[in-house]
Amino acid sequence: MAGEEAWGMSESTPILEMRKINKHFPGVKALSDVDFRLFPGEVHAIMGQNGAGKSTLVKVLTGVYKQDSGEMLLEDRPIRPDSPLAAQKLGISTVYQEINLCPNLSVAENIFVGRQPLSLGRIDWGQLNRRAVEALKRLNVSVDVTQMLSSYSIAIQQMVAIVRVLDVSSRILILDEPTSSLDEAEVEQLFKVIRKLRDDGLAILFITHFLDQTYRISDRITILKNGEFVGEYRTETLPKLDLIARMLGKELSEFSFAMAGEDRKKESQKAGQDARSLLAVKDLGLRGAIAPFSLSLDEGDVLGLAGLLGSGRTEMARLIFGIDSANQGEILVKGRKTNIKAPRSAMLAGMGFCSEDRKSEGIFAELTVRENIVLALQGRKGTFRYIPKKKQLEIADELIKSLAIKTPGANNEAGQLSGGNQQKLMLARWLATNPIILILDEPTRGIDVGAKLEIMELILNLSRQGMGVIFISSEFEEVIRCSTRVAVLKDKVKIAELSGEQMSESNIMHTIAGGR
Amino acid sequence: MKARNLPILVTLALFLIMFGGGSLAFIGFFSVQNFLNLFIDNSYLLILAVGMTFVIVSGGIDLSVGSVLALSTMVSSSLLAKSHLSPVLVIPIVLAMGTALGLFMGYLIQTFNLPPFIITLAGLYLARGLCYVVSIDTIAITNEFWKGAAHATVNLIGNNFVSPSVFIAVAVVLAGLFVMRYTRFGRNVYAIGGNEQSAVLMGLPVNHTKIAIYALSGFCSALAGIVFTFYTLSGYALHGKGMELDAIATVVIGGTLLTGGVGNLLGTVLGGLVYGIIQVLIVFQGTLNSWWTRIVIGFLVFVFCLLQRIFETGKSAALARERAKQAPKAQASS
Repeated sequence: MAGEEAWGMSESTPILEMRKINKHFPGVKALSDVDFRLFPGEVHAIMGQNGAGKSTLVKVLTGVYKQDSGEMLLEDRPIRPDSPLAAQKLGISTVYQEINLCPNLSVAENIFVGRQPLSLGRIDWGQLNRRAVEALKRLNVSVDVTQMLSSYSIAIQQMVAIVRVLDVSSRILILDEPTSSLDEAEVEQLFKVIRKLRDDGLAILFITHFLDQTYRISDRITILKNGEFVGEYRTETLPKLDLIARMLGKELSEFSFAMAGEDRKKESQKAGQDARSLLAVKDLGLRGAIAPFSLSLDEGDVLGLAGLLGSGRTEMARLIFGIDSANQGEILVKGRKTNIKAPRSAMLAGMGFCSEDRKSEGIFAELTVRENIVLALQGRKGTFRYIPKKKQLEIADELIKSLAIKTPGANNEAGQLSGGNQQKLMLARWLATNPIILILDEPTRGIDVGAKLEIMELILNLSRQGMGVIFISSEFEEVIRCSTRVAVLKDKVKIAELSGEQMSESNIMHTIAGGR
Repeated sequence: MKARNLPILVTLALFLIMFGGGSLAFIGFFSVQNFLNLFIDNSYLLILAVGMTFVIVSGGIDLSVGSVLALSTMVSSSLLAKSHLSPVLVIPIVLAMGTALGLFMGYLIQTFNLPPFIITLAGLYLARGLCYVVSIDTIAITNEFWKGAAHATVNLIGNNFVSPSVFIAVAVVLAGLFVMRYTRFGRNVYAIGGNEQSAVLMGLPVNHTKIAIYALSGFCSALAGIVFTFYTLSGYALHGKGMELDAIATVVIGGTLLTGGVGNLLGTVLGGLVYGIIQVLIVFQGTLNSWWTRIVIGFLVFVFCLLQRIFETGKSAALARERAKQAPKAQASS
């Protein structure tokens, strides 16, 4: 770490300044006039919801994207890195969430590959290994550096990645979601390393979805929302509740307690009495994805999952639907223990799942509307029991009509539909299979207001017909409007379940801010 | 002993069992000369397999090597027999041609991000087709230097001998071992095979390295072609048909992962020896046809791919157990 002394500890001079950064992609303004400063000897967290522009900002800084306008100053000199490599040469290094090292090489070699010490034209393995041990010792990590990287835990791999970028002599270290697959002990180990580097005068940019971790490690927080700069705060002066409110872009006083659909609350109380249980989940969990949770879903229930981005909502849904397999807990469908080990078994048990990623996990853009609709049904019947085309058309036409999907006809390409209609198409696909439980992950994301209302109306109608729905949305307001009960998630843990009068936006936010 | 050496040890054990079994079953099987013959008869295959090891460790594949070998036999025999060029010129020309072909394929693969399988398949057809442009008939080589290289023997201990080709093969193997272990280029090959995306982000010269790997494989194919003509004293368009698959099988039996990132040239040499000894066993046995070699090789490749997968799963299971042990502690603190 050369030049350490030169940084000094003076508070007033940032090592990096990004001023009025603008970046837009076709159809989206990703960043508008965003400011960002980074001080040496500090850990700075960028916070924001989905689409806030965090990752775009970091990608501009690391040279993955070029800004449309705005300037970046590194130690008062303008910089314009045009690739991650160029950024690294300037001393801006990134350790990514998915560790970018080679699992098949030794720990030592991962630190030095490309820069191996040579003697007499050949790689000096002795020196290489010695230097690796020394470099890791500086972070208080002692491992056998000649072992393959893949034989160590993610935490150790992360430290190796940090050592590698530090060895290239970094002035700015960007940690992109470094803790997302670490357990608590490993997180503490990593934080120790981060604190040591900070005390050595490194400027550290820390990106995480974990609120508690932000408060544990960061000195300064910058909040972004919808690509706009909300503010820069010293962590100790920003209460957690304020942080959440600013991330969501609402003042606490603004929350309308009356907004929560009154009739839903009444329904939820009524439903409580003698509804049959559709789904009971007991202590289901997967290490690294979501802490063990329990929940139940009765006929006519809409269970909302509320939480910030990365709180574990999607992980929960994926586990219930068998996309990821749980390493503990059990699932009961209609009171019977059901072994759900793949989406197919979930389907056969009567579940349906609409992914939040319509484009890559949902719609087949090149297939027709009809083909998209009958896919799940055909999958359930098996490949060899072909559904006659006439029957397919009947099913498709009926669903297009009942969901009011706007398409010229059942044989048009699904890719040509608007976002809202694609969402309805996914719903139609599952409705064709007559599910008893429907899991909807962010069905209202990225569609216009009218379509949002239609989708929510649809959810209410389905639940009135007796279907159980699990509804995920980043908009707390929507969750409250649709749901009979709300499960609140934070940092991959289900922390509360609200129902009846307790369901309000401010209550959800207080619950999240209040900790576990 | 390290886990990554396990597949090589399996290959070594396989070879020893086959050699031992042959020695017990057949009179005259067990001799130093019989062992050396394995190298004499498979020197060109070893050279091909060295280039192929680089390619496969980097995560690629080169299907063109058999055809490039054939083209090399055609060009060298034609230049010697028809143009009467001196071997001093012929050898560099042929080597340059093979390297250029490999370079060209590597360039296409890397620059346009095309799958190596398809590009080298195209190279296979191209090189094989070019053979027929040179001549549709066998061209006999009568050059004195070539005949000398073909018939010369070098005595080792006792009355046991090897051919000059063996020295070439051994030199190629040693050079390959050095490059893979002690040069940045060699280590970059492993890094690319382990995770190409990472290698790019680590700032390694991925483009140049990948192109160089295919050029190297082309060079080895051309050299193997020359060594092959020492063996047959002829150029023929059908030489080395399917030999790309022999080379791949040799590399896989030698413990190199087809997915890239893991492999060792010593393993490849052992793979070559196993390949050779199967043929010898079948000759000694006497009643089996030579295509039984193919059946045994095919079977072995199945077994080795399966073994590799078992090693991998075993390793990740061990890691999972390791993490599970720490789990209760971690959960208590969260």
